[in-house]
Amino acid sequence: MSSSTSPTVVSPSPGQRAWQRFRRNRLGYWSLLAFTVMVVASLFAEVLSSDRPLIVRYEGSTYLPVLRDYSEKTFGGDFETPADYLDPFIRQRITTGGNWAVYAPNPYGPKTLNYFATLPNPAAPSRENVLGTDDRGRDLLAQLIYGFRVSVLFALALTFIGVILGVITGAIQGYFGGRIDLGFQRFIEIWGSMPELYLLIIFSGIFAPSVALLLVLLSLFGWMGLSDYVRAEFLRNRQMDYVRAARALGVSNLQIMWRHILPNSMTPVVTFLPFRMSAAILALTSLDFLGLGVPPGTPSLGELLSQGKANIDAWWISLSTFAVLVLTLLLLTFMGDALRDALDPRKQNT
Amino acid sequence: MAFGNKEVVRGIDFHLAPGEKLALVGESGSGKTVTALSLLGLVQNAAITGVARFAGAPDARGPRDLLSLPEQALRGIRGKEIAMVFQEPMTALNALFSVGDQIAEVLELHEGLSKEAAKAAAVQLLADTGIPEPARRARAFPHQLSGGQRQRAMIAMALACGPKLLLADEPTTALDVTLRGQILELLEDLRLKKGMAVLVITHDLNLVRRFADRVAVMENGCIVEQGAVGDVFAAPQHPYTRRLIDSRPVRDVSALAPAALTMPPVMQAQALRVSYPVPLPGLRGWFQKGEFVAVQGADFRIAQGQTLGVIGESGSGKSTLALAALGLLPFQGVLDVAGGVWQRKAAADKALRQSVQVVFQDPFSSLSPRMTIEEIVGEGLRIHAPAIGGDARQVQVLQALADVGLTPQQYPGLLGRYPHEFSGGQRQRIAIARALIVQPKLMVLDEPTSALDVTIQKQILHLLQALQRERGLSYLLITHDVEVIRAMAHEVLVMKDGAVVESGPIEQVLDAPQHEYTRVLVAAAA
Repeated sequence: MSSSTSPTVVSPSPGQRAWQRFRRNRLGYWSLLAFTVMVVASLFAEVLSSDRPLIVRYEGSTYLPVLRDYSEKTFGGDFETPADYLDPFIRQRITTGGNWAVYAPNPYGPKTLNYFATLPNPAAPSRENVLGTDDRGRDLLAQLIYGFRVSVLFALALTFIGVILGVITGAIQGYFGGRIDLGFQRFIEIWGSMPELYLLIIFSGIFAPSVALLLVLLSLFGWMGLSDYVRAEFLRNRQMDYVRAARALGVSNLQIMWRHILPNSMTPVVTFLPFRMSAAILALTSLDFLGLGVPPGTPSLGELLSQGKANIDAWWISLSTFAVLVLTLLLLTFMGDALRDALDPRKQNT
Repeated sequence: MAFGNKEVVRGIDFHLAPGEKLALVGESGSGKTVTALSLLGLVQNAAITGVARFAGAPDARGPRDLLSLPEQALRGIRGKEIAMVFQEPMTALNALFSVGDQIAEVLELHEGLSKEAAKAAAVQLLADTGIPEPARRARAFPHQLSGGQRQRAMIAMALACGPKLLLADEPTTALDVTLRGQILELLEDLRLKKGMAVLVITHDLNLVRRFADRVAVMENGCIVEQGAVGDVFAAPQHPYTRRLIDSRPVRDVSALAPAALTMPPVMQAQALRVSYPVPLPGLRGWFQKGEFVAVQGADFRIAQGQTLGVIGESGSGKSTLALAALGLLPFQGVLDVAGGVWQRKAAADKALRQSVQVVFQDPFSSLSPRMTIEEIVGEGLRIHAPAIGGDARQVQVLQALADVGLTPQQYPGLLGRYPHEFSGGQRQRIAIARALIVQPKLMVLDEPTSALDVTIQKQILHLLQALQRERGLSYLLITHDVEVIRAMAHEVLVMKDGAVVESGPIEQVLDAPQHEYTRVLVAAAA
């Protein structure tokens, strides 16, 4: 009985074959790898760029300042205030006399103000700040790393919610057709003609601005494009003979949608995932640029762009932010192109 | 000829005298269409070697090698000296131009006629093909013409410049049986008038017998046998040719046991009527919907172990009848299924669904591409016997697959495979296994072998006959092929335009047809 599924013959599923085709596209594959590395690295932003040392060994005990707050007195200071690891006094105490501290490669956090800076803000790239500082004195590289993380996580969350909503509404419309489809389409037309930006401004005035509020508002309007594609696929696939055979077997509507039609309708969803993500990143950046996005104090690429505009002489702000945005969007576009080629139904037989 | 690394066709030698008819016969994948297309240089991405000498117009410089001509010279030959008629008239004609314009285009291009002269010549050509009202038809668009008329228009387009050679790629496959004879007669008439040679590509041996002078049989890219039609059919040399000629379906149906007729029938219909709402034109359409009756007052009875054949052409309502019998369409009238009635509600019908199962025509769309064979075949068990665990279900799935002739020894990893790895005939077997696993009493077979090659068709019909004998299954067999009905059915229903024109036992209907339409059908298949 178990010889029927012998491990020696592995039959690739259509999904696996699509993955093989994707891998053969070098540009897309390396873009995917590069993007993954960037995202994973930004998830560990605290390890890469933090004003607190990662590990400190002081007078025989080990401390993890990146995880916990310690007061100045722990390291021989005078007050109960949280230790400022940029203070030369503290630095000297924890790095000499048999004590060692491991600092993050970029020793600044996103909100760190260097009270001991030697240059006025915004400062050009120097030995202290690799990419310079912004107009408030915060390190630019730290801002970029943390801001990238916020953008990407926001985009992932927005895309995820958009996919779920889009697939469910598209599936219901496409499968049942008739009056349900007509009703939904009219609803989508009305809903889609609402001005997103103004609603955002109004709601930002009523509620306290936060990332969660932005997520809710943007996902309320972002699902409609995907819903149209899924609806078209469902309308096409529900006429297939295998759906009729399933109905003749007595399979229920929900099971037909989930087991039969949905796996065969995922092509447009997967193809558009990278483009939806880049649209989400751009949306967040634009809102931040206008000041309507994440609350002030949260690191964000859009806010850096607006600072760059306000301080046009500080070219390092605009240039580096621009470079990060262009790189991210390029990688996503290459991935999207490669996905589209891999999932092209006309090339399914290779 | 090779595509990439794959050699598709090799060692093809044939010759065609002026005015001769050669048939190129083979199954799908044998390379016959590609061979003909290569003569005109219409195959892309192919590496072609060899010589194809064509003796063109009398004032040409002797025979030229088509395969080595530059594109410019080939364009001069295409349409003018060698013309092609394609299989699917709907896709071969441009939907945006009227038929007359398309024919006139050929004339303007090759003969250099003016627009008016070309239009007039186009109407004359259409008249020659026997289309009634040619002037009106010339202004019509392809979708406004019927299938037979479109094919005639294509033939007019091909013959516009009086070519020396006509390549016809399955010219009658997409047409109804009654039209096929007419198109073949037309081709023969025109050939005699113009002295044209014809190369017909087909898989239909009847057509070859009736139409061609010589035949070349192709298998897997090689010509395995060539010769005059009479010789090859009377005494085939190559085993493949013999297999092809033997592939006429063989009748192997056991007579019904007398007990079966007294028991309650598996399916019984009285005054069955199926209709669709259609939009009405004009203002009336805002307030009412019209009705199109697809099946009109059908009466039939299927006993246990019996096969009822329903024969008719496209548009006769036979597939609609099949869907109504399965309970997938609303209907009026009485339809009794294995002692129950369809209530058109999923929960109430579920128990009845186990008794009636279906096998569809197209093997490529009847299996979900993203489900494994185990999932596809085992789905029926999941629904109707959910108490069975995964292991027991796997055993039953393997048993059902073995019953249709697919075993894990032949196909390692069978259960984990996906449909795209199987051929059309194998997929149809999987579809039969899917239907059999729930042990139905009646199977609705909607053109089960129409999309398959002749040799595979014979195997599938043999399998269906064996299953009927072993299990006492009843079949509702829908088809347009009289040969299949002759091989499988006990009783026959003949449908035309939604109405049943004749019904009765098979000997009576096929050997002594009463209705005119049945006579035409039987004669066309002979």
